[in-house]
Amino acid sequence: MMTEADPHVEIKESEKTEEQTDQLPLKTEVSENGEETEGNPDENSEQMSGSHSARHSSPGKQKKEKELSEGKGIYRFIPPWLKKQKSQSQIEPKENGEKKEHPLDKDKAEEIELEQPERVIVETEKELERIADNEKEKAEVDEREEKHSANSAEVQSAKEQSKEEMEQMSEEKGEIHTEQMKKELKEIQTVEAKAEISQKTPKKVKTVPCKVILLDGTEFNCEVEKRAKGQVLLDKVCEQLKLLEKDYFGLSFCDNADEKCWLDLAKEIKRQSKSFPWVFDFNVKFYPPDPSQLTEDITRYFLCLQLRQDIASGRLPCSFVTHSLLGSYTLQAELGDYDPEEHSSDYIGEFQFAPSQTKEMEDKVVELHKTHRCLTPAQADFQFLENAKKLSMYGVDLHHAKDSEGVDIMLGVCSNGLLIYKDRLRINRFAWPKILKISYRRNNFYIKVRPGELEQFESTIGFKLPNHRAAKRLWKVCVEHHTFFRLMSPEQPPKAKFLSLGSKFRYSGRTLTQTRQASTLIDRPAPYFERTSSKRISRSLDGAPIGNITDQSLLKDFSLTPEGTTVDGAVSVPDFATKDKEIVSPDKVLQLQLPRDAKSKSLRIEGENIYVRHSNLMLEDLGKTQDDLLKHQASISELKRSFMESTPEPRPNEWEKRRITPLLLQTQGKLVPRTEGPYTGSNAAIKSLNEVQNIVEEKNQTEVVMEETVVPEEIKKETNEKVNRDGKPAEQTQTAIAPMKNDSTCLSDSSSNSEDEEAEYQTDSTMNESGIKEEPEEHLEDIKELTAENMQYTAAVGEANSIVVTVAHTEDSAETLSHEVTVIVDVSEDKNVCEETKQDMHLEEIEDQPKINGDVSHIDIDVTPQIISCSEPPVVKTEMVTISDAIQRMEISTKEVPIVQTETKTITYEASQMGGSGDSEPGVLIGAQTITSESVSTTMTTHITKTVKGGIPETRIEKRIVITGDADIDHDEALAQAIREAKEQHPDMSITRVVVHKETELSEEGEED
Amino acid sequence: MAGLIMSSFGKCTHAIVRAMPNSLAQQALRQEKGTEVDLGRAQREHEVYVGVLKSKLGLQVIELPGDESLPDCPFVEDVAVVCEETALITRPGAPSRRKEVEEMKKALEHLQLNVVVMTDENATLDGGDVLFTGREFFVGLSKRTNQRGAEILADTFKDYAVSTVPVSDYLHLKSFCSMAGPNLIAIGSSEAAQKALKTMQQMSDHRYDKLTVPDDAAANCIYLNIPNKGHVLLHRAPEEYPESAKVYEKLKDHMLIPIVNTELQKVDGLLTCCSVLINKKLEQ
Repeated sequence: MMTEADPHVEIKESEKTEEQTDQLPLKTEVSENGEETEGNPDENSEQMSGSHSARHSSPGKQKKEKELSEGKGIYRFIPPWLKKQKSQSQIEPKENGEKKEHPLDKDKAEEIELEQPERVIVETEKELERIADNEKEKAEVDEREEKHSANSAEVQSAKEQSKEEMEQMSEEKGEIHTEQMKKELKEIQTVEAKAEISQKTPKKVKTVPCKVILLDGTEFNCEVEKRAKGQVLLDKVCEQLKLLEKDYFGLSFCDNADEKCWLDLAKEIKRQSKSFPWVFDFNVKFYPPDPSQLTEDITRYFLCLQLRQDIASGRLPCSFVTHSLLGSYTLQAELGDYDPEEHSSDYIGEFQFAPSQTKEMEDKVVELHKTHRCLTPAQADFQFLENAKKLSMYGVDLHHAKDSEGVDIMLGVCSNGLLIYKDRLRINRFAWPKILKISYRRNNFYIKVRPGELEQFESTIGFKLPNHRAAKRLWKVCVEHHTFFRLMSPEQPPKAKFLSLGSKFRYSGRTLTQTRQASTLIDRPAPYFERTSSKRISRSLDGAPIGNITDQSLLKDFSLTPEGTTVDGAVSVPDFATKDKEIVSPDKVLQLQLPRDAKSKSLRIEGENIYVRHSNLMLEDLGKTQDDLLKHQASISELKRSFMESTPEPRPNEWEKRRITPLLLQTQGKLVPRTEGPYTGSNAAIKSLNEVQNIVEEKNQTEVVMEETVVPEEIKKETNEKVNRDGKPAEQTQTAIAPMKNDSTCLSDSSSNSEDEEAEYQTDSTMNESGIKEEPEEHLEDIKELTAENMQYTAAVGEANSIVVTVAHTEDSAETLSHEVTVIVDVSEDKNVCEETKQDMHLEEIEDQPKINGDVSHIDIDVTPQIISCSEPPVVKTEMVTISDAIQRMEISTKEVPIVQTETKTITYEASQMGGSGDSEPGVLIGAQTITSESVSTTMTTHITKTVKGGIPETRIEKRIVITGDADIDHDEALAQAIREAKEQHPDMSITRVVVHKETELSEEGEED
Repeated sequence: MAGLIMSSFGKCTHAIVRAMPNSLAQQALRQEKGTEVDLGRAQREHEVYVGVLKSKLGLQVIELPGDESLPDCPFVEDVAVVCEETALITRPGAPSRRKEVEEMKKALEHLQLNVVVMTDENATLDGGDVLFTGREFFVGLSKRTNQRGAEILADTFKDYAVSTVPVSDYLHLKSFCSMAGPNLIAIGSSEAAQKALKTMQQMSDHRYDKLTVPDDAAANCIYLNIPNKGHVLLHRAPEEYPESAKVYEKLKDHMLIPIVNTELQKVDGLLTCCSVLINKKLEQ
């Protein structure tokens, strides 16, 4: 069974890294854990909650594991992701060990619980679904297992049995990690279930009808759980379509402004598509540069359908001749050989080959059609694609924009980079290797470009988009395309941090490299599919819906599908949890409340930066670049000018000094490669010190946004240090560190290194280039991407503001978990310009753990923001006061009779205030205001106090956010989001205090630790 | 569509040339005053040129009659851009040359190409500013060619990316570059030429090889892919540009045909200027 199921799983999991095929099963398992840990915050949260879900799902996984362990025979079936995982496992060995143990215990514990839990759970929608899924799984599993003789005995159709099995399995291997299970679950979710699920699911499950317009124009209707993530729906669609190579595809919808958006597969649908009913278009999202490398004809077929749409709509411009040629291939594919008798003169009338189609063109099409005799539909599609892919606008996603002079241009995102068009003419092009950073702020979109051969400095080029949403949309598309086409594996999303600004969005799907690799494992007979338009024609366009045609026999062929589905169901639970947390996420809440009152004056800044990693692919270009090609010095600078003025600004002396200061980070073994990178980078950065790019936005704002080349300090190292020293869960460490990140400079007692590290992007690029080149995969994993984000914002002068964000997280679910997190963030700022630089170090270990741990220990951190006048860099002193160790995640595990232990933890982060904006002094109260808002799982209280201290007006905002939800909720992320939101909404304020109060009900504690 | 297939690059069945009017010697436009054109010699050189296309390479050469009122009319390249089966009749940047298009239009229509005429009065385009690489177009924005002209070209050849390249010191983009092979750009050594090349490389998704020749004018050559002859390259003769000729002679896979073009060059005429090459598929 395992083997079959994998493919689906693969699709999801393989994302992170490609791995060599040969690995031992055991390793893979371990790696799984690692992966989980590494996974996105959301995922992690899922995992947490997943404990109980895991039980359900566990059977499947266990089986899988067993099989894996069983031997190489099975090996080939092992999905890529499993294989990958090994590398990750290396990263987090210790964690794994821990995790392993727990799972076992839990499993046992779970056994008891499991039986009843289901009933209990029944109440919960999620659970209901899971169960259903489990049933399916089991059933399916059984089938498969039979195939695999070894496991067959274990797998019984009955649920209970399955539970038992699970236990057994776990015992046997002792390695079954709930986490793993969770992971799988997640993945599986994607695969998720068909309409069948709904049938099985008890009535209580809330599902939402979804309509997906397929590429052939038919509709696919299905029910999706209300809180389902985008991936679930996409998986349903792909399953319906029998499409395995689904990484190229996506779902799009129109937002409120009627702009086409891509559904973020990692997020809940309902958070993205506000309008009902849910209607999506199934579309190609990443156009494969070379369709001939697609593994399956069916994938090419859907790509053809998409391109036909693109062509007919005019999105993909073609010449007359090309329209005719492509049209003729379409005819051949749809109708077969030209038959003079059957194909009367008007036989092509129902096809649209071009936006405006003339008789002349149709004649030409027919003429060409006659020449394609004997081409099979697949061959015709192939030829179609071979020609279409050469079109200059193939796969180019166009966005309207203006250059710095207000001239209308178009920005085209494609596999190679960013193209700039004015009218139809290409006026510039920035290949991914040339782009160091992509960011957006308000309605501006920026790219930082590697200096040309004769240039010393990077340049930042800005474009104006119609609005903020458009800028963000473009940014996201860029991030996704860059990741998909240029990276070996996706970047880790930025960790949940305190005080982080901006979106943490990252593309988390598989990259082109990965999906290609995954595709090589596809081993199924070519699925039968109907070319609907031909059907349409014969039926004279009645558009017979492909609808819910499910051919079970076909499904069996690729055994993976069915299983995956089942598993998914089980998995789905975690998702929900995640969703919950997302819902709760401070961002939104904050937004809801604060916008008007809080500060209309405050500048809202939502900036996103992505540092572009340079992979091998990029290197190719680089080589040439340096040769002669990209000496574009003059040309570029011209172009640059034409786009946007960038005025160099001298840097503060202090900055320079700091930057120049060498970093000691290298001492740490792991980091070394990276560390080196940074140095190089820093040098470069130093060079560019003088050339601070000022992007002056004259039009909209008076403010000057400074773009800092340098990002000081490596949090990563700090993190490591701390972790090592304390031996405490990385999670907390991270948390502690997080505050520091926000400010460009970190002074922390514990971490001597932290100061003055700069040069992220260059670092990144250097690292990636060298690292990836030689051992791409390992580096990616080991190194954990180093992502840096810079956020800058401008604050109003002379104003001291503080924001207090309180996030309370309460978890309450059928599982008997409750967490309460209270975060109070005080932000205060005094000066005009505050530059924030965040660095994300993705330490997977670190990241994951936090999420896993349901409990947060006490961490007291003093953050002292230095208030910075324009010339001064922000300095934050951070002190890690207390860490009471965290309890392992699984504490959550649900027991039937919930013995609820409540654990309460309080974390306080405080910034000592330099600028006199401190809370310590009482001021004269001018006014106060309290706002309360409530949503399903969140209660938010905003308390705004205005005082005058020593003549300086101070606004203090205290936000209290209570998040109630499943264990799955990733508190840290929620917290980080809350803070980020707060910051976004009050850019001119600084956070002075963050208090996290977390209440967790633990059912079993003994197992943890 | 065939043009989308790189292997067809340089394939050519027909060529359009135009006879040299006597007025050329005195009245042809020229960038800078120089020695006077020896009309007789110019005509002999032109005859050789046409002869190579016709006899040596076996192209069907259509010779348009000269027109005394159009002293620049031999430079047919500027009045039409032909790519695959589509021909764009340009609107030359020099007003005195606008009427040159009429004969050309007739000829192209006679060949049953899809003829598109640039009628926009704000647009100017000289074919000499259009470099087609087989994958995409580069259009020099020069005194003779403006943005609008380039846009119309882009509209005409929708399959291809059209990138613009500023050209300041030279008459045309192809005054210092041309295609010397399917993926090979011949480029002059001057700073301006190199700069333009970098711009092109920056703009392109493709990676072209480059062939740098010492003399800008010598970088203008004609590449053809002729059945049974393979790669054919018409380039400036060693007696004119010995150093550049040596560079071309390193192209081992090419059948090299040195051509003398001394006289026409005095009025800014280079090798590519004197013909419009067409690949007309033989109808079955």
